[in-house]
Amino acid sequence: MDTIFAQATAHGRAGVSIVRLSGPQAFDISSQFCDRPAVGKTGLRAIRASDGSLVDRAVVLCFEAGASFTGERVVEFHVHGGLATVARLLSELSKCDKCRLAEPGEFTRRALENGQLDLNQVEALADLIDAETESQRQQAIRVLDGSFGDVGAVWRTNLLRAAALLEASIDFSDEEIPSDLYLEVADLVGQTQISISTILERSVIASKIRSGFVVAIVGLPNVGKSTLLNAIAGRQAAITSDVAGTTRDVIEVRVDLMGLAVTFLDTAGLRKSEDDIENLGISMAYSRANEADIRLFLVDSIDETLPLIARPDDFVVLSKADERLSCELSVSGKTGLGVSNLLQLISDKLMQKTPTDVVAIRERQVVGLRAASVVLTRTLELIDQKPLPFELACQELYFALSELDFVFGKIDIESVLDEIFSSFCLGK
Amino acid sequence: MKHFDVVVVGGGHAGCEALHAACRYGLKAALVTLDKTTVGVMSCNPAIGGLGKGHLVREIDALDGIMGTAADMSGIQFRLLNRSKGPAVQGPRTQSDRKLYLEAIQLLLEKQDFITIEGEASALLSSKGVVTGVQLSDGSEVLASAVILTAGTFMRGTIHIGDKRVSAGRMGEGAADKLSVQMESLGATFGRLKTGTPPRLNGDTIDWQQLEIQPADECPVMLSFLSSTPTVRQVGCGITHTNAATHDIIRENIGRSAMYGGHIEGIGPRYCPSIEDKIIRFSDKTSHQIFLEPEGLSTNCVYPNGISTSLPEDVQYKYVRSIVGLEGVEVLQPGYAIEYDFLNPQGLSSDLESSLLGGLFLAGQINGTTGYEEAAAQGLVAAIGVAKKLKAVEPIRFDRSTSYIGVMIDDLTTRGATEPYRMFTSRAEFRLKLRADNADQRLTEQGYRSGCVSSGRYNSFLKKVDQLNICRGALSKMAVSPNQARVAGIELGLDGRRRNGHELLAIPGVSTKHLLALEPALRDCEPSSLTQAAREALYVTYIERQGRDIEALARDLNIDIPVEFEYRGVSGLSSEMISKLSLARPRSLGAAKNIEGITPAALTAVLLRLKSHKLKKAI
Ligand SMILES: Cc1cc2nc3c(=O)[nH]c(=O)nc-3n(C[C@H](O)[C@H](O)[C@H](O)COP(=O)(O)OP(=O)(O)OC[C@H]3O[C@@H](n4cnc5c(N)ncnc54)[C@H](O)[C@@H]3O)c2cc1C
Repeated sequence: MDTIFAQATAHGRAGVSIVRLSGPQAFDISSQFCDRPAVGKTGLRAIRASDGSLVDRAVVLCFEAGASFTGERVVEFHVHGGLATVARLLSELSKCDKCRLAEPGEFTRRALENGQLDLNQVEALADLIDAETESQRQQAIRVLDGSFGDVGAVWRTNLLRAAALLEASIDFSDEEIPSDLYLEVADLVGQTQISISTILERSVIASKIRSGFVVAIVGLPNVGKSTLLNAIAGRQAAITSDVAGTTRDVIEVRVDLMGLAVTFLDTAGLRKSEDDIENLGISMAYSRANEADIRLFLVDSIDETLPLIARPDDFVVLSKADERLSCELSVSGKTGLGVSNLLQLISDKLMQKTPTDVVAIRERQVVGLRAASVVLTRTLELIDQKPLPFELACQELYFALSELDFVFGKIDIESVLDEIFSSFCLGK
Repeated sequence: MKHFDVVVVGGGHAGCEALHAACRYGLKAALVTLDKTTVGVMSCNPAIGGLGKGHLVREIDALDGIMGTAADMSGIQFRLLNRSKGPAVQGPRTQSDRKLYLEAIQLLLEKQDFITIEGEASALLSSKGVVTGVQLSDGSEVLASAVILTAGTFMRGTIHIGDKRVSAGRMGEGAADKLSVQMESLGATFGRLKTGTPPRLNGDTIDWQQLEIQPADECPVMLSFLSSTPTVRQVGCGITHTNAATHDIIRENIGRSAMYGGHIEGIGPRYCPSIEDKIIRFSDKTSHQIFLEPEGLSTNCVYPNGISTSLPEDVQYKYVRSIVGLEGVEVLQPGYAIEYDFLNPQGLSSDLESSLLGGLFLAGQINGTTGYEEAAAQGLVAAIGVAKKLKAVEPIRFDRSTSYIGVMIDDLTTRGATEPYRMFTSRAEFRLKLRADNADQRLTEQGYRSGCVSSGRYNSFLKKVDQLNICRGALSKMAVSPNQARVAGIELGLDGRRRNGHELLAIPGVSTKHLLALEPALRDCEPSSLTQAAREALYVTYIERQGRDIEALARDLNIDIPVEFEYRGVSGLSSEMISKLSLARPRSLGAAKNIEGITPAALTAVLLRLKSHKLKKAI
């Protein structure tokens, strides 16, 4: 296998840049450039090119196979972050035998292949690197940390045991197998099914955390929607400000609201119009407002009829707070009065929805879990039948396990047999 | 000197089946075995078939093998195991009269043309890496183009009873050690396995009055497709249990057991634990069941199934007599454990040809399996392999989705054996499709074309298929409305959809009786065909779903594998498969599938890795 290398930190000028070298030859190769520090020891070393000239003085770190990110031997060079320094070191490395520049993602791929990370963790790692807000970071780190994998392992263990119990009833029926095993089977399958459904429910929100919640500001024209949006954008760190199109389009501002990614929409005024183009804008406003997680109805008077039916999560807010004396929830985009209070209320509401537990974060995971959940429901129906169709219930469990495999890893009949033999006294 | 096509070494279950199949192919065959009179002997329990094993017997029978017929000729207690469960997991089994079984095998063999040579094969003869025959311990040579070695538990066999050890292949029969030594000089590396057998009891001294009796089935299901009814008297078995006193005796003396005294290094099967094992490993169980199985109609010998042991004789007497019904029993022969050489089957070809020498085929216990049926099936596979090699006959494909034999061969050659390998229905991932009742439909046609199935069997098979097709046709023609179905007692929602017979049979609780009431024409169908059609209907949706998985896999077979793809570290691949794949460097998953011994599970593992490969390139 090749030894690979690449700059592990971002390109460009920086105080320090890290060049990572990974593979079976990593130690030997690094010894050609410096007096390689022992594993676990840090050393400041002179890095010398093949002609003996000094490339840089760098901190060098070595990791033994099995104890590194990739699972292979790894050496890291922490060099001064100039573009030329990094370029020179990379070019020196590329001259070495069996050593080449890593392909994009290749370090992670090796980590996966060497079992340092599973597929879900690889995805979480990508999410972590992309995380812009605190909640995105938390969500990704929980999966990367392996907690999603842990939950999956429990499901798998439960279903394997359920299959083992059914298999024992089939293959060892002439032995003394208890006749009420199906109770435990029903229990194991039921628990797993519930646990999967719970995670699926949470995952809807999880995807919001990745992509951002949406809050639509809805109201009559000129009620002050744009001013409010500007005030929000001004107050919060706007992550991206995709201000697109004409005033008739939906304008959105993406902000980091106390750790949550939230997109605020300024919708066109919801009213009837003679103008075809404006009508187009209005119908778009309706549909975006419908899809939003929270609608903020900005009104002139509290008795106004709302253009949409309010949902429990929605807010009704009086506009132009600076011009009135009111104890109702009110804001003024112009002066900023009440904006902080409003944002606090919105973020509290979104926080309530945010799971603090493990979730499935990717479509791939959700699809697999949903399929498994359907199969398990069918399995439960079969276990309920009298007489119990053992071989069919078993087959359903294998279908469910293979769906989970799609999400987590592999199943194999030997593991079912292992489970059987560790639980029962069988054989004559 | 006469030259044979094939010489079979060993007249056990693997050897007999191999010999008979070789003869069916018209090969010039010789049998070399230690003792002519023990050809076809049952070393341990007097029973054939069971769960998974019954499937194997039916598959052997579908290819015109002899095990099923011999079992039917000698069966004294036919029982269909799992009768109350689904048809896919039912296993026909019979207890056989030990003497009648041996006689049946010898009778069936006598009808074939081969030569028996009594003696001990002591060396394999070879030239340029190809086997040329065997040498016997008297120095004589038997020359042949192929050798099927089926030495069972005889190679460096050692019997243990307490701390007593005897070199033997079975009780009262010497071991065959020379061959092991010579094969090591050829580069073979043997491992050690062990198995055990219980003491034999004098049935006249058992108090049967006290015991529960398990009778034979009222409607016996036979092992062979060609038999219809038992030919000898049916008997029952006694059931008794160990108790606290038994367990105390065994626990007190555990250090004197060969197993626990540290005399045995070989690994035994988890599913055939000795009574010592059961009591130590499952100490919370206060009692274990024992079946008292008569060994035959003309003997008083009884086989107590469930208490195999390697304890010293005096302890055996004591614990046996602590059991209800056995208080005054006479022990005819003590139980013992036996340790023997085996060769890891990983890496054998799918015809069971060894890489040690060209033309050397291995079958039975020597490949790390346990059980008569497993041995016999391998003997058959090896003989087919020899016929393929010498006569270029049409091959028979044994794969995981079409036969239990395929499952076993695949397991053995790709995973190897770390403990004695026994068949279970749960090993077959396509078991809903691989039923005992359709073994002939899966294999007989192929067997006939290959040349190991006689025209007699083939014709009766064709008749059966005709009947089945008539029945399937009649079912397809039915168009029953929900109202009509309700009249016949089938609970159906009134959805206005007319259903055919197959669809009705797929509904839980619907039986052929309901259908006979709805469609008089079905009365002309053979009842057995109708039953089989009902079984097919029961599983059809599951089999279709599994089929989709196989299809999805087939679609994936077009996926390219990059040249630099690293198989090492792919979870779910055995080291054997990793080296096979790394060597062959297949260009696509389809090409990988065609490599000898690559399993669907292995392909899935590679596929998953390929997919994650792509994914990571994307991030
Ligand atoms: C004590 C004991 C307990 C067992 N317990 C169980 C059990 O609980 N469950 C179970 O499923 N199975 C059990 N078995 C295993 C079962 O008997 C075997 O799996 C089966 O018989 C193997 O068939 P085979 O053809 O491979 O070998 P065998 O039936 O052992 O036949 C080997 C034949 O080869 C001949 N032979 C050997 N070496 C030579 C040579 N060098 N030259 C010429 N001839 C030779 C012998 O004479 C014999 O005829 C037990 C076996 C024994 C001995």
